[in-house]
Amino acid sequence: MSRTKDRKGIRLEGPLLSIGALILALAVAAIVILIAGYDPFESYAALLTGAFSSVSNIATTLGTATPLIFAGLSVSLAYRAGFLNVAVESQLLVGALTAALVGLIPNLPAIIHVPLCLLAAGAAGGALGVFSAFLKRKLQVSELIITVMLNYIVSYLVEYLVSGPFAAESRMVRTNAMQESARIPLLIPNNRLSAGIFLAIASAVFLWWLLERTRVGYEMRACGFNPPAAEAGGIPVYRRVYLAMLVSGALAAFGGAVEAMGVHGYYINSMVSGYGYDGLTIAIMGNFSPGGCMITSLLFGALRAGSSNMNRSTNIPGEFITVLQALVILFVSTPRLILFFQKFTVRPAKKEG
Amino acid sequence: MGIDSLFQTLLSLLSGTLRVFIPIGFAALAFMVASNCGIINMALDGLMLFASFFGVLGSYVSGNAWVGLLFALCSSVVISLFFALLTVHFKCPQMIAGLGVNLLARGLTIVLLQVVWNARGKSTPVAGLGVIRIPFLKNVPVLNELLGDVSPLFLLLLASIALVWFLMKKTPFGLRMRTIGENPAVAASQGINVYRMQYAGILISGLLAALGGAFLSIGDINIFSRDMVAGRGFIGIAVCIFGGYDPVGILLGSLLFGFAQSLQYRIQSVDIPSQLVQMLPYVLTMFALAFKRKNGLGPSAMGMPYEKEGQ
Repeated sequence: MSRTKDRKGIRLEGPLLSIGALILALAVAAIVILIAGYDPFESYAALLTGAFSSVSNIATTLGTATPLIFAGLSVSLAYRAGFLNVAVESQLLVGALTAALVGLIPNLPAIIHVPLCLLAAGAAGGALGVFSAFLKRKLQVSELIITVMLNYIVSYLVEYLVSGPFAAESRMVRTNAMQESARIPLLIPNNRLSAGIFLAIASAVFLWWLLERTRVGYEMRACGFNPPAAEAGGIPVYRRVYLAMLVSGALAAFGGAVEAMGVHGYYINSMVSGYGYDGLTIAIMGNFSPGGCMITSLLFGALRAGSSNMNRSTNIPGEFITVLQALVILFVSTPRLILFFQKFTVRPAKKEG
Repeated sequence: MGIDSLFQTLLSLLSGTLRVFIPIGFAALAFMVASNCGIINMALDGLMLFASFFGVLGSYVSGNAWVGLLFALCSSVVISLFFALLTVHFKCPQMIAGLGVNLLARGLTIVLLQVVWNARGKSTPVAGLGVIRIPFLKNVPVLNELLGDVSPLFLLLLASIALVWFLMKKTPFGLRMRTIGENPAVAASQGINVYRMQYAGILISGLLAALGGAFLSIGDINIFSRDMVAGRGFIGIAVCIFGGYDPVGILLGSLLFGFAQSLQYRIQSVDIPSQLVQMLPYVLTMFALAFKRKNGLGPSAMGMPYEKEGQ
């Protein structure tokens, strides 16, 4: 999708496109900061300081990136198979809640309990993924409508479950604390960085292998590239899309589960809210490749980690990151726009035609 | 239950219907117009959110809700032109452009809320559009209770539905637009300027969405609160599909949807957790999609980018 040439045949794609889009997005977002009455350079400096200035800040960046890697991988796989998985938001939610609930089972050794939590979360998220693909097939409407509606339905359902049947004895809307045996150890005490990041890296490698080195992965990509041609080539299109959505949903759910098992130790309301949209941005900016997702996840982990520091020093709300994300999504998906700007900056006087 | 309280229940049910009908009806109509010229306008939710914010902002700075409405329309023109530039000229995939605009609206309105009102959740109350009294209903007993005082946007919606029906079905402009929706190459070979028509379609779509968004803030509760559109743009899209991409179908579909949702709010007084009640409109939308009419698939060239010859 995001490949194009300018008239001289210069290709703009992959990392170059992502970087160009990021620069353009940062420039436009700087105008927003100016309108808000702050110095853009100072704000961006605060953002960077908050993300990288100490070991603990870097660990926070990596810890924040962990669920985002899962979310990005989830969106990437689904998109490669031809499904824009906006329901990644609710798959994260379901994964986190399922892991938190399975984590309540007493008297299990950690060696069984941790995989059990992950497996249950993956099954729940995967089921939700397959369900959204099923709805698209049955209703014959754009997955964007279906997945956005599912996000609302699931988030209200989860909110109900956490404030009603599974509510803890607490002033906050959360579940009871999980057993120690279900927790993923933190790598640095009192930080967000847990051993979950190794699972994230392993998942990225697995996804690369699946997409690039297996027959099933090739068939999934064929379904995304040209469904009628794939059908004609003897590929069972719907079964491949269902499989892709099963894995995609499970990956997103792992992200939620790792957040619950590593960082919090219980499910608390809105603990993963917005991570799904981060995942969409990450996947689009990472050109839907596992490697690209890893790198852009780090970037958005840093943005999220740094935004609270920016918020303290400038009073710009953390949702500023959402503005930046939106701009990145729009610009990365519009390579011709970047080329258009490039025409003005690199070769100002020359008119082509 | 006496006959009087039954009447009161019915009355509140119907006025609840209208409150849902207005924003959903505008959104559905907006989606229809864009679809007719081959554009999937998934940015509606964001356009509505921008409009509800700028509606309140205009009313706040001027003290006049009609200036607010003007602000809302202007904001939608700007964002729609941006959306059109990206999708029509620069061939950004329409679904992703919609996603981007929706995210932009969410983030930008929250940032601006902080800048203007220094608030995280909602703005201060502003002057609203209020209601219009329809004089000739004064002596009709039941209708006067129901429609005697209505939002001006309700009348504007009815007028818009009629106007869009006329424009699309009875004018050369509408015919040209629908030709593009079915096959842009054929349209171009007939000398129709595809790009210009698509810009027009997106712009009309954006203006309609803005009216729906403005109703939510200055037409109804007279404040802006974050994420106040809450998926109504998408519900409108579903209602448009349910109504078979047809103005009359949209009128009936959004009335039906409004009635069903208003009925749900009546049920709320029975002992059901609030989250489950809030969930119901979205479940209802899924059902609407399941029971759509045969031609619910829309114009055939919808969402396909059209490339001018020789480029």
